[in-house]
Amino acid sequence: MSDAGKTPVAAEWPLFEVFIRSRAGLEHKHVGSLHAADARMAVEHARDVYTRRQEGVSIWVVRSADVIASDPEEADALFEPARDKVYRHPTFYVIPEEVKNL
Amino acid sequence: MYTQALDTHGKEPVAAAAGESAAHALRFQSRVDADEKIEPKDWMPDAYRQTLIRQISQHAHSEIVGMLPEGNWITRAPSLRRKAVLIAKVQDEGGHGMYLYSAAETLGVTRDQLFEQLLSGVAKYSSIFNYPTLTWADVGAIGWLVDGAAIMNQIPICRCSYGPYARAMVRICKEESFHQRQGFEIMLTLAQGTPAQRLMAQEALNRWWWPSIMMFGPSDGESKHTAQSMRWKIKRFSNDELRQKFIDVTVPQAHFLGLTIPDAQLRWDEATQHYIGGPIDWSEFNAVLKGNGPCNRERLQARRTAWEAGRWVREAASAHAAKSAARTTQAA
Amino acid sequence: MSPAVATAARADRALNEALLRYVLRLGDTSLVLGQRLGEWVGHAPTLEEDLGLANLALDLIGQARLLLTYAGEIEGRERDEDALAYLRDAPEFFNLALAEQPNGDFGCTIVRQWLLDAWQLEIYAGLQESTDSRLAAIAAKALKETRYHYRFSSGWLVRLGDGTAESHERVQRAVDQLWRFTSELFAPDEVDERMASAGIAPSLSTAEVRWSAHMDEDLRAATLKRPAAQPYPWHGKRGVHTEHLGYVLAEMQHLQRTYPGARW
Repeated sequence: MSDAGKTPVAAEWPLFEVFIRSRAGLEHKHVGSLHAADARMAVEHARDVYTRRQEGVSIWVVRSADVIASDPEEADALFEPARDKVYRHPTFYVIPEEVKNL
Repeated sequence: MYTQALDTHGKEPVAAAAGESAAHALRFQSRVDADEKIEPKDWMPDAYRQTLIRQISQHAHSEIVGMLPEGNWITRAPSLRRKAVLIAKVQDEGGHGMYLYSAAETLGVTRDQLFEQLLSGVAKYSSIFNYPTLTWADVGAIGWLVDGAAIMNQIPICRCSYGPYARAMVRICKEESFHQRQGFEIMLTLAQGTPAQRLMAQEALNRWWWPSIMMFGPSDGESKHTAQSMRWKIKRFSNDELRQKFIDVTVPQAHFLGLTIPDAQLRWDEATQHYIGGPIDWSEFNAVLKGNGPCNRERLQARRTAWEAGRWVREAASAHAAKSAARTTQAA
Repeated sequence: MSPAVATAARADRALNEALLRYVLRLGDTSLVLGQRLGEWVGHAPTLEEDLGLANLALDLIGQARLLLTYAGEIEGRERDEDALAYLRDAPEFFNLALAEQPNGDFGCTIVRQWLLDAWQLEIYAGLQESTDSRLAAIAAKALKETRYHYRFSSGWLVRLGDGTAESHERVQRAVDQLWRFTSELFAPDEVDERMASAGIAPSLSTAEVRWSAHMDEDLRAATLKRPAAQPYPWHGKRGVHTEHLGYVLAEMQHLQRTYPGARW
């Protein structure tokens, strides 16, 4: 990629993550990303790129650089400990069939 | 639109580069084997990363170069309905390019870097877009054949092991389902039209048939990346399997249109229950791939011109954003 | 027929003629502007802008289809949207001359778009109250689209005006070049007056005041200068066009012209 130096990478518009609420009552869901120079443009681009087929009624955009993510290497420490706490789930408890409304 | 023929022209991936821990590599392959998805921040072999960057970006380049041959006809579409459909379709190709560049960016490259690779001629894109669109029927033939072949290629990638790529493909496949249908509708209208329109349709089929079946890439014996890509679940079917599937579904469609597939040796084989075609002229495919297709220069030049002509616009928007940010800081 | 009935019938016919002409003006303006934007698809400064410009084009072509279909019905000569779009020559097109001006660079396209978006904004807003229910319904739909178009184009005008020295200079030049075509936007003729007095179309003088306020506000934000009003020799809405429209139509209409009577 010897020619990459020609374009100053710093000039690239920042990356934004796009979240769309598909209809009222549902949460915003991550759908992808795009480049935009400013926040207003990011919303417009999200509208033009990700809602062409009525996919949404509301848009969030967040600068990708501002997203703080957990480290996959720490996944065991973060998520494994929840695994044996099965008593948090209703199916853990044995209730006689004749008992209703539980 | 896309062709898997692309992944045959990079460096041979190495299974595990020196320095990568064998334990990581084993765990990675076992996750892939268990059909778990790999996500951007997960550990992955460098060769896997590089293969994906190359394949996804070539796929993205194909989408945006693919806007050009059909885009040619937006201003000349013969009815307002066709014009609207074509704009929406070409726009979708741009959107698909975007989804794919976004997926590639999760692997640690920037879109500008990928663009540079395309514009400098280093990166490949699907050869099919180096063929010209000479008549309106070519717009129909591209939708019917090229998008048809693309869909066949793309559906398996929806289950690819890399999460962002698979998700982009799900969205793309969903959106592309109208592309092939609108192409067939154009062909059908022409096939049922005046003698001149019928001829236009037949000639477009003559032009696009062979390039379309070459989109699936070299025969399995010749394709050097297939085995590793299959192990990594970046690829799920071989080139020849997909090509056969495409021929089997497309030939009856041509019969329905009353058009003739330009392959004198094409026949139905009762024993295998497949259509068997004549040999493919790979010298043409290779010539186009090497840059000697009818429109290679024009396509790249059009992309370069757009990129260069847009530079001042991109810079202006960045400059305005910086000024606005500075003003906000000052006001606070 | 009594003289009074005959007079009333003549007045009806005259109103119908004016309505036809008025609807064609709106429809042709959307069509020609949409056609121009269609030239951009695949060639925009960024991929995101390709999608954005295509969306504008799609909205405008959609408006043109609704309006030309309605025009065909008013005319009553069985001409559908395609007959009107593809089989009329330049002198029978009644779009504003501004719409047919070449794309130029991205700045020029944005300025043309911004001027016309702000015009459509006022016209469609007024038409929502039209006594012609069909036009009111089309305008209500088009107004939503136009609000987004205006958001898009005015946003870009500010970015380019307040961007770099180069972008400022380019976009100021585009404003200076295109401004002369704006006097046609609000210069009423007998068609406009007849439509306004019948309660079909809004008064152009009220629309002009609001349009002009938008212009000043956006130009200020973009650090651009407003050129002086200039008299104009073009009357696109009366079928007197610049040289550009002929080429636009030659390209757009060539298949329909080459294969008369074919279905596509």
